[in-house]
Amino acid sequence: MSIAWYLSVSAIIFCIGAVGVLMRPNPLVILLCLELMLNGANLALIAFSRMWGNGDGQIFAIVVMTVAACEVCIGLGMIVAIHRRRLPIDVDELRELQG
Amino acid sequence: MSAILFFIAAIGVIAGAIGVVTLSNPFYAVLSLVGHLLSLAVLFLLLRAEFVAAAQVVVYAGAVMVLYVFVVAYVGDEQQSLRSTLARRSRSRGADGRRPTGVLFAGALLVELLIALLGSGLKAVEGSGAPYAPGSRTFGTPAYIGNLLLTRFLLVFEVTSLLLLIAAVGGVVLARRRGGLDESVDIDYAPLAIPRPLGTGTMAEAVEGPSLAYAHAGVAEAGSPTESEHDGSGGGW
Repeated sequence: MSIAWYLSVSAIIFCIGAVGVLMRPNPLVILLCLELMLNGANLALIAFSRMWGNGDGQIFAIVVMTVAACEVCIGLGMIVAIHRRRLPIDVDELRELQG
Repeated sequence: MSAILFFIAAIGVIAGAIGVVTLSNPFYAVLSLVGHLLSLAVLFLLLRAEFVAAAQVVVYAGAVMVLYVFVVAYVGDEQQSLRSTLARRSRSRGADGRRPTGVLFAGALLVELLIALLGSGLKAVEGSGAPYAPGSRTFGTPAYIGNLLLTRFLLVFEVTSLLLLIAAVGGVVLARRRGGLDESVDIDYAPLAIPRPLGTGTMAEAVEGPSLAYAHAGVAEAGSPTESEHDGSGGGW
């Protein structure tokens, strides 16, 4: 398969994730959709890494996975803290910082 | 063979992604994301990224998804009832006007990305990649990745470990219970009124004998000359 097929799949995953981030009101699902976008970027990185036969893209993908794990840790901690304070778990309702 | 595997995995990846976005129950969305990640690991294997595929399955589909499932189980039960009540309220604030706009923007982004990728006319994108010879230390194997991580990307490796430490501390600080213990737990004891178990050789037992001490232990009258072990009014022995 040519590299272009993999890049197309990665673009499709990224855009599906973007739709989820823009549409869903639940912050848990927004985090899941952020994972989708990061995975699309990872697939593109690894496809380019394969294209040039160079391992730098794979290292980059591993670092992206680590950053995603950190982001999940912080994001889920925030969701648990919101749940403890009996606030609604809904980004349309949590608008105190909106000015 | 690799074309068939690519199409099966690509359909799994895209179906999993659509499932994450469309399923209304967060628990099913997480399970759909697990399917997506496993299919994505197959795509990584097809791109000769063996170590990244293994890390994807172990780290993402294993550890991170377990964390998600725990949080969904902790938060999710009240989620459903909350959603039905909040759906009506947020609709009146123009949130439903935002949803079609989001789909529109994402569709425009997809068209733009596909034009940029497929219409670029680059020769290398059309090929199937650099020449590859299987071996124990070639491109994508754990030995190759480990060699790169510990030589050329050592600084990245160390900074990433620091980032993981900060994230762990931040997760604990964010999700901890605030305000300490419940106040009803704190009981004031007089200095000598520590509750003592029976039959452990206290002074009251020595004076009155163990049977008397047992008899007084539960009664604890106010004017009684003998000290029972549990009342703690005087403790003068």
